[in-house]
Amino acid sequence: MQSLSQIPILSLITYIPLLGALAIIFLFPKEKTGPIKAFATLVAALDLAASLPLWWAFDRAKDGYQFVETASWIPSLGVNYHFGIDGITLLLILLTTIIGLIAVYCSYSAITERQKEYYVLLLLLQTFMIGTFCCLDLFLFYVFWEVMLVPMYFLIGVWGGARRLYAAIKFFLYTLAGSVLMLIGIIALYFYNTTGFMGYKGLGNAATFSIEKLTAVAAGMPAQLQIWLFFAFFFGFAIKVPMFPFHTWLPDAHTEAPTAGSVILAAILLKMGTYGFVRFSLPMFPEAVRNHGVIGVMAALAIIGIVYGAMVTLVQKDMKKLIAYSSVSHLGFVMLGIFALNMAGIQGGVLQMINHGISTGGLFLLVGVVYERRHTRMIADYGGLAKQMPIYATYFMIMVLSSMGLPLLNGFIGEFTILQGAFARNFWWAFFAATGIVLGAAYLLWLYQRIFFGEITNPANAKLADLTLREQLTLAPLVVLALWIGLYPKPMFDVLRRPSERIVQAVGGPIAQAPAMGRKADAPAAAGSEAPRP
Amino acid sequence: MRFAFAPSNWILLSPELFLTAAGLLLLGLSVAFGKKREEFLAFLAVLAIVVTGALLVFVSSQAGRKTPILGGTFVVDNFALFFKALILLSLLLSVLASVRFVGAAPYPGGEYYALLLFSGVGMLFMVSGNNLISIYVALELMALSSYILAGYFKAEAKSTEAALKYFILGAFSSGVLLYGLSLVYGVAGIMGVPELAKLFASAERSNLLMLGILLVLAGLLFKIAAVPFHVWTPDVYEGSPTPVTAFFSVGPKVAAYAILARIFYVAFAKFHADWSLVVALVSAATMVLGNIAALLQSNVKRMLAYSSIANAGYALLGVLGFRTEWGLWGILVYLLAYTFMNFGAFSLVILLESKGYAAESVSDFNGLARRSMPAAVVMLLFLLSLAGIPPTAGFIGKYYLFSAAMKAGYAWLAVLAVVMSAVSLFYYFRIAAAMFFTDGSGAKLSSSYALTAVIAICAVGTLAIGVLPQPFLSVLKACGLAP
Repeated sequence: MQSLSQIPILSLITYIPLLGALAIIFLFPKEKTGPIKAFATLVAALDLAASLPLWWAFDRAKDGYQFVETASWIPSLGVNYHFGIDGITLLLILLTTIIGLIAVYCSYSAITERQKEYYVLLLLLQTFMIGTFCCLDLFLFYVFWEVMLVPMYFLIGVWGGARRLYAAIKFFLYTLAGSVLMLIGIIALYFYNTTGFMGYKGLGNAATFSIEKLTAVAAGMPAQLQIWLFFAFFFGFAIKVPMFPFHTWLPDAHTEAPTAGSVILAAILLKMGTYGFVRFSLPMFPEAVRNHGVIGVMAALAIIGIVYGAMVTLVQKDMKKLIAYSSVSHLGFVMLGIFALNMAGIQGGVLQMINHGISTGGLFLLVGVVYERRHTRMIADYGGLAKQMPIYATYFMIMVLSSMGLPLLNGFIGEFTILQGAFARNFWWAFFAATGIVLGAAYLLWLYQRIFFGEITNPANAKLADLTLREQLTLAPLVVLALWIGLYPKPMFDVLRRPSERIVQAVGGPIAQAPAMGRKADAPAAAGSEAPRP
Repeated sequence: MRFAFAPSNWILLSPELFLTAAGLLLLGLSVAFGKKREEFLAFLAVLAIVVTGALLVFVSSQAGRKTPILGGTFVVDNFALFFKALILLSLLLSVLASVRFVGAAPYPGGEYYALLLFSGVGMLFMVSGNNLISIYVALELMALSSYILAGYFKAEAKSTEAALKYFILGAFSSGVLLYGLSLVYGVAGIMGVPELAKLFASAERSNLLMLGILLVLAGLLFKIAAVPFHVWTPDVYEGSPTPVTAFFSVGPKVAAYAILARIFYVAFAKFHADWSLVVALVSAATMVLGNIAALLQSNVKRMLAYSSIANAGYALLGVLGFRTEWGLWGILVYLLAYTFMNFGAFSLVILLESKGYAAESVSDFNGLARRSMPAAVVMLLFLLSLAGIPPTAGFIGKYYLFSAAMKAGYAWLAVLAVVMSAVSLFYYFRIAAAMFFTDGSGAKLSSSYALTAVIAICAVGTLAIGVLPQPFLSVLKACGLAP
């Protein structure tokens, strides 16, 4: 795989969907919906095919970023076109290309209006999401981060449910309001590195937005400034995650979005927020992160998110809303793991980001299946589907179990590792988080029971067709991934080890505490690499 | 003051002189042609602007052009050249966008184009003005032409009302400005901008001078429609013929910013501690009121009027940051971006026909995506740029302005500005929602080659500055104001 470093592979993966979208705009008349669908699927498949070699070519033992591409973009500001990935973004990019293909493929029958625009927007969204993960330049990151909102806004607003206008603008405004504050943080960081601002004497370095360089610069800032900037970035990320109490946009956006939109929102867009914490907030502002007040606030918000999210989930009557609120709870877990500031917590947090993408993405797909047949999302309208749709019931069961963290499936690995990290930090964190797991099992199993068990009470459900081959094909990859991560998570931990070590080192946490699962799996190899490095 | 009129002065003045001559010619032809051959007259106006642009390029290559001429009242520094180019661009766009309107109106078109060019001459002199009196005279030339343009549709009550309001309030503000200038003159005894800077450098502040500076500021804030001198804007913007509104929203504002920067950066720099707090408060009030009021509008032209008020508030951040290069860069790059995106948005309003004229309400945009996807996408581009979403010109401009505010120590203002900029998305995207989310049939599309050209120029400019800003930024960096 030496040759992979010769070609700008990351740019290729990023822009294949964009080129595909342009091709659809200019080459396909809008009446030819069949060819448009096929072509969009082809483009998404090509993108996945281009991204898969990264998994093998990625050097797990190497520190820092790989497949780096650099070019000058705006020299006046010191902005570079700078791409590169580490283990964390490797997983997120692969998740994006997989979900991207599924999102296109699952929309064949769900979207019947304005299909050309729909597939163009899906592909554009994919370019912007991958670009966000690949960026190593803060300015470029902000560009991708913001522009990503535009296609999502239209996906919700055009193809969404009854309250789509409200949901679309609420989504856009909420996330925009957070990210503009991040922009102020970016500007402050830029001036701190160069000529100084507001009484802070600048370092006098050459203007740059390089994430690597600015991370080093930011980590040396006075603690007070770090706390200010931590909160400037915090709003951008916390709204996206979404952390309690910034989560209110999520149920609306999720519920109103079309199936593919909900899947992408849950699987990828929410991860932008947690990714932001891992990539920026932790290594850049270690003094702030170590501050007892800050960490107390973060842990409190995460735990409230877990417990409150789970309790609200319990009472939902709408399936999509239920899964949306369960995301608040699950991402509370991720945040708790990240702010445990140790190896187990961060590795578990990142892995749980992927897991949540798989299981919640899968659940939204499954809800979309019955919604297409019955045009209702109310749990009360269903019941007894197990007899009518056995294959569907099986897939649903696997995703429910994955989401609630049953051993042998992916969710268990993530939640267990997070709890391990949280426990090492503070017993009560782990205690409250564990109650969230119990509640999670409750709402998910109860949901399953109400939809699938008992007799068919509603005659409209008596003639429901089971999954088609296409629908099974959209779900099968997620099941495979869930089983793979659940049975053999070592490859994931291998990929995450180096970047997690770097983050833990940056915040001054204990490196030696690797997650039990990763360690057991490759004890001999790990012994050397896990020794605390100077 | 001795006027030594060297031959080189003719060369430096050639753009202004040529444009004046062209305006007079159009006025004469207008008498001869009446209502006939208006498109030919429009073509002549475009030609005149293009030739003036060529002369400007020629002037920029002249050695020694930076020495003030005409007794020190007129200077062609890079700063002036940048604004002249921007003014010619807005003139060109205005003429092209006006063809259909002028054709539909029962009044001679030559007059209209001549007035536009005269207003342009006034602006060209304004940005080169190096003396408070010459600046004032040029400003009046621009303003008087504008008043007549606002009332060009004589039979329309709204148009006449707009002209009258504009005239009365404009004359009042000119009076305030002149009063301020006279107080400054009373204290200093001179009028030259660099001379004032030199004199004030060693002068003590006096209450009389502060009053003078404050009144000058108030007069200029009126021209850029900053709160609390903004009340004329929505009515004038709504009532004027839409191409004229588009012109008002860019040309005169750009020129007013140029003199605001020149007077306050250079002449009154010493007393920045006194005026910058006023500017900061005005900027904050302008951003908040402009954006909040825009939220409540259903008339597109009024909404864009309030949006341009809000934009004036952002640009004032650049005036605040005057002691660092970021402030001036911010103003320059933002005004460049603003010209493209704001004129672009207005040209889409002109594209839609409602009651024989341009779009009036947001609902005129209903279902535009179904009727013309390219038009809807281009409008979306302008709206995104106005809201400051990357990768568009508006984002680059705002980035510089927010940086200027941070650098100048106004973090609270920068935070307010970004929050207000997020708020603005709400009303801009009401138009986006109307275009893409509704099926209703809005206003009819009317198109002409001239208007298509305007939209294309604005779209390319908006996108180019956003995606590849470097060439533009390199030019801007050479446009500093020498204090």
